[in-house]
Amino acid sequence: MKFLFHIGRYFWMLGKVFARPEKHKMYVRQLFHEIDALGINSIGIVVIISIFIGGILTIQLAYNLVNPLYPKTLIGLGTRDTLILEFSSTIIGLILAGKIGSNITSEIGSMKVTEQIDSLEIMGVNSVGYLILPKIIAVVFMMPFLVILSIFFGLTGGLIVGPAVGVVTVPEYIEGIRFLFVPYYVTFTLIKSIFFGFLIASVPAYFGYFVQGGALEVGKASTRAVVNTNILILLFDLILTRLLLT
Amino acid sequence: MIEVRNIIKSFDGNTVLKDISAGFEPGRTNLIIGRSGSGKTVLLKCILGLYDPDSGFISYDGRDFTAMKNRERKRLRQEVGMVFQGGALFDSLTVEENVRFPLDMFTNMSFREKLKRVEFCLEHVNISKANHLYPSEISGGMQKRVAIARAIALNPKYLFCDEPNSGLDPETATLIDNLIHDLTTEFNMTTIINTHDMNSVIEIGESVLFIHKGEKCWEGSKHDILTAENRILNDFIFANKLYAQMKQTQKTSPDTPV
Ligand SMILES: Nc1ncnc2c1ncn2[C@@H]1O[C@H](COP(=O)(O)OP(=O)(O)O)[C@@H](O)[C@H]1O
Ligand SMILES: [Mg+2]
Repeated sequence: MKFLFHIGRYFWMLGKVFARPEKHKMYVRQLFHEIDALGINSIGIVVIISIFIGGILTIQLAYNLVNPLYPKTLIGLGTRDTLILEFSSTIIGLILAGKIGSNITSEIGSMKVTEQIDSLEIMGVNSVGYLILPKIIAVVFMMPFLVILSIFFGLTGGLIVGPAVGVVTVPEYIEGIRFLFVPYYVTFTLIKSIFFGFLIASVPAYFGYFVQGGALEVGKASTRAVVNTNILILLFDLILTRLLLT
Repeated sequence: MIEVRNIIKSFDGNTVLKDISAGFEPGRTNLIIGRSGSGKTVLLKCILGLYDPDSGFISYDGRDFTAMKNRERKRLRQEVGMVFQGGALFDSLTVEENVRFPLDMFTNMSFREKLKRVEFCLEHVNISKANHLYPSEISGGMQKRVAIARAIALNPKYLFCDEPNSGLDPETATLIDNLIHDLTTEFNMTTIINTHDMNSVIEIGESVLFIHKGEKCWEGSKHDILTAENRILNDFIFANKLYAQMKQTQKTSPDTPV
């Protein structure tokens, strides 16, 4: 019952998100601000995590290739495909759900409990549209870019760590990451990233917008927003993988 | 003039407003007073349409607000300025941007015209040299004044203030009260102020509506409130020792001015 209530209210909110803006210029201004605050500000964490994971993947794949008959090129290939298919969209999605999601819930939630949202409504501004639409567009727009960045730095991580610990040589690794490349995998991961971007912005916005109470509730709502966004990301990962990779 | 008739509002079976009727005249400060939890904020939010009353009638200068569609309400709200209990300034915007926000959103004024209007409003609330500070960088009293400046930016016909001086020291509180009063007379606005502060009542209570547990309990002005024969009202007023003493002195010398 509670579940259906939330689904219904979430779609009610989305209906208001896509209502006609009062003034396009104000929304565009907000959009640029959100691209910076939510997207550009996430580049650092994406780069760092991707480099580490790329390096770790390379070591693990080398460790698993115990049979000397397997060519070492499989290490680069395995790192590449794992990054593209799963890591760079899903894991980055989960991490950004934590970073961007909690940011969105706490920002909108504290605006709610301090009556800033009421204040917008009184002025005659569609608070849902004005606050949430620019965030959704910003994150959906930035996600594919962040995913590409993550793939690139993940591969770089492998390139640095693999040869450094001596499990693979630079030419073997480079050959591996160019071997049997399937461009559709990239399309697949970019499609996923758009769905994840939408979830990462809209679900935490929902939790923030409907907070009741004070600062304590805003904190609790942030936690719940991140948990629920993570579950939804994995659910959509399952569905999209089933639909697009068979 | 704003008129409300027979407003009833409940939340999950808990009736918060029980059949409230009242009129609020332009050009003077209309106070709604009562203990905290008595329903003042809910009443104000019903008048603004942030809550829909279960039944009752609300009109703005004869325009039936209860019958309006969302779009008409939105348009009417551009004639309304509101000062919230905590100020509700946008934390991510500077003082100047806060006051400019309604102008940015709803007018086609040039940037220079908007700045002029912002200056005009800030001057009216006695704020200078704070244009580029953020709300977190100014005092509570200043935040309230900026909130008032923002509320009057679009030259509203109606001004609503929810506990405008809560959390302020008595001196600043009186300043804010008088500021709202002066703006009301200057711009002939229909002003409604929620408060539980007896000082505000004595200062600017040109018309006073006393609500107790969601019911209208007494109506009058600052001139007759101290002598009113209403037990619940008296309990409210004279919970403050100072006013109890004032009442004593009034009894002994009836012509002491209030
Ligand atoms: N959104 C709400 N949901 C449920 N109850 C509410 C809500 N808003 C206010 N109330 C209840 O209404 C009563 C009056 O509250 P309020 O109008 O805020 O009082 P005050 O006179 O202090 O402004 C309180 O008992 C409060 O618990
Ligand atoms: Mg209140």
